[in-house]
Amino acid sequence: MPANGAPTKITQGSQTKGGIGESTLRPDGTLKVTGEFAYSSDMWHEDMLWGQILRSTVAHAEIVSIDTSEALALPGVYAVLTYDDLPTAVKNYGLEIQDTPVLAHGKVRHHGEPVAIVAADHPETARRAAAKIKVDYRELPVITDEASATAPDAILVHENRDDHHSGHVPHPNIVHRQPIVRGDVAAARRRADVIVEGEYTFGMQDQAFLGPESGLAVPEEDGGVHLYIATQWLHSDLRQIAPVLGLPEDKVRMTLSGVGGAFGGREDLSMQIHACLLALRTGKPVKIVYNRFESFFGHVHRHPAKLHYEHGATRDGKLTHMKCRIVLDGGAYASASPAVVGNASSLSVGPYVIDDVDIEAIALYTNNPPCGAMRGFGAVQACFAYEAQMDKLAAELGMDPVEFRRLNAMEQGTLLPTGQRVDSPAPVAELLRRVKAMPMPPERQWESSEGADVRQLPGGLSNTTHGEGVVRGVGYAVGIKNVGFSEGFDDYSTAKVRMEVVAGEPVVTVHTAMAEVGQGGVTVHAQIARTELGVAQVTINPADTRVGSAGSTSASRQTYVTGGAVKNACELVREKVLEIGRRRFGSYHPAWATAELLLEGGKVVTDGGEVLADLVDVLEGETVEVEEEWRHRPTEPFDLRTGQGNGHVQYSFAAHRAVVEVDTELGLVKVIELACAQDVGKALNPLSVLGQIQGGTTQGLGVAVMEEIVVDPKTAKVKNPSFTDYLIPTILDTPTIPVDVLELADEHAPYGLRGIGEAPTLSSTPAVLAAIRAATGLELNRTPVRPEHLTGTA
Amino acid sequence: MDFLRPASWEEALAAKAEHPTAVPIAGGTDVMVEINFDHRRPEYLMDLNRVGDLCEWEVGEESVRLGASVPYTRIMENLRAELPGLALASHTVASPQIRNRGGVGGNLGTASPAGDAHPALLAAGAEVEVESVRGTRRIPIDEFYKGVKRNALAADELIRAVHVKKADGPQQFSKVGTRNAMVIAVCAFGLALHPETRTVRTGIGSAAPTPIRAEAAEEFLNAALEEGGFWDNGKIVTPSVAQQFADLCSAACNPIDDVRGTASYRRHAVGVMARRTLTWTWESYRGARRNIEGAA
Repeated sequence: MPANGAPTKITQGSQTKGGIGESTLRPDGTLKVTGEFAYSSDMWHEDMLWGQILRSTVAHAEIVSIDTSEALALPGVYAVLTYDDLPTAVKNYGLEIQDTPVLAHGKVRHHGEPVAIVAADHPETARRAAAKIKVDYRELPVITDEASATAPDAILVHENRDDHHSGHVPHPNIVHRQPIVRGDVAAARRRADVIVEGEYTFGMQDQAFLGPESGLAVPEEDGGVHLYIATQWLHSDLRQIAPVLGLPEDKVRMTLSGVGGAFGGREDLSMQIHACLLALRTGKPVKIVYNRFESFFGHVHRHPAKLHYEHGATRDGKLTHMKCRIVLDGGAYASASPAVVGNASSLSVGPYVIDDVDIEAIALYTNNPPCGAMRGFGAVQACFAYEAQMDKLAAELGMDPVEFRRLNAMEQGTLLPTGQRVDSPAPVAELLRRVKAMPMPPERQWESSEGADVRQLPGGLSNTTHGEGVVRGVGYAVGIKNVGFSEGFDDYSTAKVRMEVVAGEPVVTVHTAMAEVGQGGVTVHAQIARTELGVAQVTINPADTRVGSAGSTSASRQTYVTGGAVKNACELVREKVLEIGRRRFGSYHPAWATAELLLEGGKVVTDGGEVLADLVDVLEGETVEVEEEWRHRPTEPFDLRTGQGNGHVQYSFAAHRAVVEVDTELGLVKVIELACAQDVGKALNPLSVLGQIQGGTTQGLGVAVMEEIVVDPKTAKVKNPSFTDYLIPTILDTPTIPVDVLELADEHAPYGLRGIGEAPTLSSTPAVLAAIRAATGLELNRTPVRPEHLTGTA
Repeated sequence: MDFLRPASWEEALAAKAEHPTAVPIAGGTDVMVEINFDHRRPEYLMDLNRVGDLCEWEVGEESVRLGASVPYTRIMENLRAELPGLALASHTVASPQIRNRGGVGGNLGTASPAGDAHPALLAAGAEVEVESVRGTRRIPIDEFYKGVKRNALAADELIRAVHVKKADGPQQFSKVGTRNAMVIAVCAFGLALHPETRTVRTGIGSAAPTPIRAEAAEEFLNAALEEGGFWDNGKIVTPSVAQQFADLCSAACNPIDDVRGTASYRRHAVGVMARRTLTWTWESYRGARRNIEGAA
């Protein structure tokens, strides 16, 4: 393996420099590192006002009254809006189910729900005005878990549901339920020599992106509004915003502004509608920026989950059956809960072959904070549980945990519990072999001639141990994540590509609505254009809604789908350019008609390498432009009773080996190394691939040992909405992450690539947990693990 | 909110006398967080950054006079020999950027039980130099902490400096947090050996409403060391003595359950840190003794 985990195979796709397969540098990289990148929170407009949101201080209550008179009387205040001021009959929004009020009406359902909005000429004035709004709440009992949600006398979080899931759920406080049944579990169970059971708990993780929610809404002369916004999907926002404003979609223009991370947390709307409402009401530009505290209430989190699993295996180590029940807490509003349920259930078996399964996943409505999309999306919670089960089984059988997994690993051709056949490489056993074969980090690296180097020890510079109580543990895990939107969703992207001659040079412009949230999409688009069109100069236009939808920057899908759309549009541009060339020069050289023609180095060349013409001469002032939608293969919904259906289009696999050192007396953990092996199909930008894998791995580490939003079960209020108490790994918590990249092409995908952003987040967490279990001998059925769990002082 | 910018210490004292509710701000690493979180909106903020001598320190015969605004980075870099416990504690404060701004005066002014400097100051022995237009006084550190985020300052007083006893023996500081850097203390422990007076002093952070000393533990250990002639014979402190000391340190705690940790864990962890820091300091003391004897 090359030094520090650079991908193993790099294939050059084109003669043109900066094409796919090269680690071209991202245009935003230097700016971000030097602090010069303009994030959405940096925007400014002459005469702009500042928006402020008043949020509920209780989790569940009837709103008896709202009095805004004192706030309105404050000098500098331009508008105070409540539910009653909403301009149309559409007063709710939502990704799939429109159950989320723009402003609370009659009732609040979670701590921090928006109740009123203010615009003022100074942010401090807006804040003070919001504080002067008097809201009289009559508190209701809080629903916080499955028992309280489904109790016979439970208050319904949403009365009179009529969404498309309401007909099949067993209780109105259940958003969606997806069972998957296949084979004969009872018969298979009888064949099992060992059966293991486990009850697992997954804490509420936050995306913790560093750029808080922010945007600027500018009213326009035609009565419309232009919203500059940090989001993950412009067109999905647009679909939800326009009806509430009472405007046709073409009067709501949207431009992506600098996004400071997303990880799923910007799939739902935050301040978009609020800023537009205030701008349209006041006739002035309105900027809203959340601070860190508000950000914790301003976006959905990862679903916390309770997972019950039963697995059986024969003495020779073959899995017989699996039964599981996964209960996800969706909080007060649906957000992406139904799709998360679909993922959790359909991927609950993990990357293993098990023919006989009985699976059920549900998401609850509660008064906890709303939960929705986050990197890994339902597959993360399941992976934590099934990987713990694999270790338990291996231990019961006296087998090596890696060998046991390899023996049961799925492969190309495996039939999933949904009845879908895996039709591209699934090198699960190989990834496990590779990650196990990596050299082990040396033991006791803290020892030096000058005593203990505390930086190498649990606790670090906090100086809690000089080696006392420190025990090493090693753990393994592997996971499976679907790529792209599933279950029959029409998951397309649009790309507009133009070729023209500017200042005597051929230039390509790529325009999509893809949200660059840090994933490196704009870099990859330029690489694709260079490879396909043989042009060095590629301009990427800002993402906006003047071009068709690029779908969401989530589900590991953007390089696949919008990258695929760019490739497709480039191919169409190439055909048109060649047509022009044939028309102009066809009679001069027979190869125009007979040879396979390529665009390389600014020229039209034959596949034999003969130059036929310069692109500049071919185009001769003409501009070639194509805007086209592109789709991956269609998927199907899962059957509501059996879970059968070709629900997914592609899978992504990663395996981890974690090496940890635990101060067993203090319960402090240092992750020494998190080695990863992942199949990426084709690394379009190897450096970006490495960054995604290391970032995903670290986010998985975070929820293994520190990251958790703590909600008081008595009040459903959030207890740690700050970076003081919601901890994410610092660089000193981030271990060495050697990466071994496999490139087995998926013949159905552009360039054979595989979506990569999420898979490393899955297996990282259970690998760390397994390593801590190995070091401590404790069972540890919840994540994150806290010091009190390791010291019997919880 | 009015912003006061005194150009000198005298002006600062006059301003504080005139506006007793004014909140002094130097590095801002505590005050700004409170303002940003809307935990407080003081009527007056008093910027002390123009008062230059607050950033100076002086090493005297007995003690170091540490200006209230001397950044933690300076303590780590320049006062490691004189104030080893405080230097170790400074290392654990937040991030490099915060350590470049924050100083001990802020920790004392806020008087949060979680302030990293407190256990080291308690263990070393210190006096806080405070001043008002009425005059100067020095408050012993043991009498400084009055309650959760309450200290012994009068409304018109400002913290000018802290006088910390120079180390006459080994000192240690340990802090438990749930992350390996940039973390607020779940609990912390400071220990200083004072061979000149043949005493030990302790400091406990984040395990009681205020920073505290484990006095019963100190008394027990002082007696045990004396009785066994340990200061002279330099023997290894017996595990049972170390454990009893640790248990008494745990018993001195009066912690709460909160989002950062359970009370039970805090008690437990303080005991572990007490035992370990005693081992480390005593090993170091024995090593130093051996070296002196070897040289003689």
